[in-house]
Amino acid sequence: MQNEYVLQMKNIQKEYYGNKVLKGVNLNIKPGEIHAIVGENGAGKSTFMNILFGMRVIHDTGGFEGEVIIDGEKVVAKSSEEIMQLGVGMVHQEFMLIPDFTIAENIKLNREITIPNPVSKAFRKESLEFLNKKQMNGEAKEALDLLGMNIKETTKVAILPIGHKQFVEIAREVDKKGIKLLVFDEPTAVLTESEADNLLAAMKRLADKGIGILFITHRLDEVKAVTDNVTIIRDGEHIKTVPTTDVTVEEIAGLMVGRKISITQNEDMLTHDELDKLETVLEINDFKVKMPGEEVKGISLEVKKGEILGIAGLAGHGKIGIANGIMGLHSATGEVKFKGEALEISNTKTTLAKHIAFVSEDRKGVGLLLDGSIEDNIMITSMQVKHQFLTKLGLIDTAKIRSHANSMIEQLDIRCTDSKQATRRLSGGNQQKVCLARALTLEPELLFVSEPTRGIDIGAKKLVLDYLTKLASNGTTVVVTSSELAELRSVCDRIAIIAEGRLEGVLLPSAEDVEFGLMMSGEYHKYKKKKEAN
Amino acid sequence: MNAIKRLGLPRIIIIIFFMSLWVVAGVNGLHVPGLMKDSLVRIGMNVVMVLAMVPAIRSGIGLNFALPIGIICGILGGVMAIEFEMVGLWGFIYAMIIAIPISVAFGWIYGVMLNKIKGSEMLVSTYVGFSIVSLFCIAWIVLPFASDEMRWPIGEGLRTVVSLESTFGGILNKFWAVEFSNGFVIPTGLLLFGAFICFVYYVFSNTRVGIAMKTVGDNPKFAAATGLNVDRYRILGTILSTVLGAIGMVVYAQSFGYIQLYTAPLMMAFPAVAAILIGGATAKKANISFVIIGTILFQGLLTISLPVASSFFDGGNISEVIRMIVQNGIILYALAQGGGE
Repeated sequence: MQNEYVLQMKNIQKEYYGNKVLKGVNLNIKPGEIHAIVGENGAGKSTFMNILFGMRVIHDTGGFEGEVIIDGEKVVAKSSEEIMQLGVGMVHQEFMLIPDFTIAENIKLNREITIPNPVSKAFRKESLEFLNKKQMNGEAKEALDLLGMNIKETTKVAILPIGHKQFVEIAREVDKKGIKLLVFDEPTAVLTESEADNLLAAMKRLADKGIGILFITHRLDEVKAVTDNVTIIRDGEHIKTVPTTDVTVEEIAGLMVGRKISITQNEDMLTHDELDKLETVLEINDFKVKMPGEEVKGISLEVKKGEILGIAGLAGHGKIGIANGIMGLHSATGEVKFKGEALEISNTKTTLAKHIAFVSEDRKGVGLLLDGSIEDNIMITSMQVKHQFLTKLGLIDTAKIRSHANSMIEQLDIRCTDSKQATRRLSGGNQQKVCLARALTLEPELLFVSEPTRGIDIGAKKLVLDYLTKLASNGTTVVVTSSELAELRSVCDRIAIIAEGRLEGVLLPSAEDVEFGLMMSGEYHKYKKKKEAN
Repeated sequence: MNAIKRLGLPRIIIIIFFMSLWVVAGVNGLHVPGLMKDSLVRIGMNVVMVLAMVPAIRSGIGLNFALPIGIICGILGGVMAIEFEMVGLWGFIYAMIIAIPISVAFGWIYGVMLNKIKGSEMLVSTYVGFSIVSLFCIAWIVLPFASDEMRWPIGEGLRTVVSLESTFGGILNKFWAVEFSNGFVIPTGLLLFGAFICFVYYVFSNTRVGIAMKTVGDNPKFAAATGLNVDRYRILGTILSTVLGAIGMVVYAQSFGYIQLYTAPLMMAFPAVAAILIGGATAKKANISFVIIGTILFQGLLTISLPVASSFFDGGNISEVIRMIVQNGIILYALAQGGGE
């Protein structure tokens, strides 16, 4: 008898170190149904997937609550292999293909069809058997046909365009016998529009064959185009599951963002008119940054003196790349003017010398000398760039450094044994404060802060955000890049939204949730146009 | 308690072993004052070469297995001094004056090369070290040296061993040397020179540039975000290491009394590497105290373990075998430890 659902996940809850990231999410997928999960970054989508696939991180952090039922059977999987044997396939965001193998070989990888030969018979080892290329190619061809992909199965993967590679990934999953459910994790993120259309068509074809599809994406028009039902997750909470036909893109966007009121609103936020009167301190024109995974594809933006500008956007869309590009940490092109003067963006030192400071999003990789002491970390940039903290003989001035470090420790409430403690031993929040202290030591006129609250506790979060507000009121211009939209809306004067490496628009924090949601998914203009046309 | 903790268990074991060797030496009736003198000399003549590891480690290129580059430069300085018949202290100074600019040039070229192979510096440097030695095997034959002190009496090229007796042999060892009636000698000049070089390096490491170089070695990404030119500081570290290798070689040669040419420098990086590792350094972390502790322990151990081992076993080879096992064992142990804290 066929079960009603291929996948049921009941009341899934998960805690990471006392921090609840999933608060009772339910999911039911019928055979042949295309079901979308949408949510902001950090809403809990990936944790949810990790639970489904029995990934190690879940077990290592104390397991989860709730039930996973695949095809009517309750499953407690210890590894993703177990889940895959039950007929669940995953199409990865990054391609896991071997370039020098043919399409057929990639599809059949580790599931090769073989014919025995004398040697394998003599040793009774299957691993010594020959490949049955003919049958392998034939079956690969079938899988490709099912996807409507017209390409020879003996082509090497290396020469395929990205869109085709994605199809080979899918074909590999489809080719597995007894596949019941396919998970697509942001499959269209790297595809062009026409490629994405092909993919969506293929998904429909698969669904018609009775395969259940779980579609994780942020492109709401795709959700609207192909899915039967949509589940919205926000902050680990199951907000709603509705048939897609019953909601508009606008409604989904609104539900996805929601309003979070954990941090108090910035009261002296500037109005439109006040902002217009401010002088421009930084001007960016047609700015492109080649930062792997966070590419910026041409942005023009003005930053006003003394404001707090937020830069928001989904992960991988390039918001992180902007500050890194201006600071010269990744190769960038375009024009950047600071106080009317062109900035030499490839030269980090001259940028720093102009009182432009940067707190990196990669605290442990770029932000800190982990084995260095707090005082070393605080003073080093100023020493190197502005030759401060040196005695007349050119040696380090330990006394001066210590007194400065101690005043910073007090000002930012860095919890430590003393200023000589290695930063490796500090908590995330205190490490972030050390990074901030280093940037402040440069006496910045313009401060870039990326992901200031990532991975730090709520107390430190509040202190860091309050401090940024205080800096801005003292005349420092602050540009905050963050994945936490709610935070940006609480501290910023304006928020620039980046989608697909471009500036989608600039909003005031008081703008509607829907507008934020649409801009983040890169559909604001498309949607507006449609609306006007109607 | 804190001092013991900082020293670490491996070093405490080695120190205990070291001490017990001295006791055994005394019990077995070996000439202890003579051994002590030998130890001090070996420590003094090797300390600069061990110090050469520090800038390499600090700038992030790891242990400088290509130390033979610097050593060759030192040898060049030495043979030039003989060629131009510089005698005594002048010979020593002249050798330095020749060796340092050459080692700067070689270090720079080598540093540029290291920047192109980031991540596998230590593997490559081992072979670069070997290659330069082979290259100079040819050079010692081809270069137009004319001094009879160094040329083979018949045939082409320089001898394999050149005596420094008539030029600058023992110039530092004899300087202010304090001799005791029981045969113990303090080679004051040698030790002072080593201490002086260490002090100069210590001062350098406390300057802005020294700190910048250490930052580059600790975390290149951080250094780049601080506006430092990572590649340039790596080259600087390589140059410093090569220059110290050259100075170290001149010091070593004057104490040894001979310059050994051809394949002699081939393995000379390994005792230096072993010494700094025994002192507590890793491929990523090094300071001057590691240099001093390491040189004392490693060279002291070598000096004393040979006679003690020979007093137990007949036949001369066993002590050499033990030396190789100890030296390479230490390198293997320390590298296997990797970046662990």
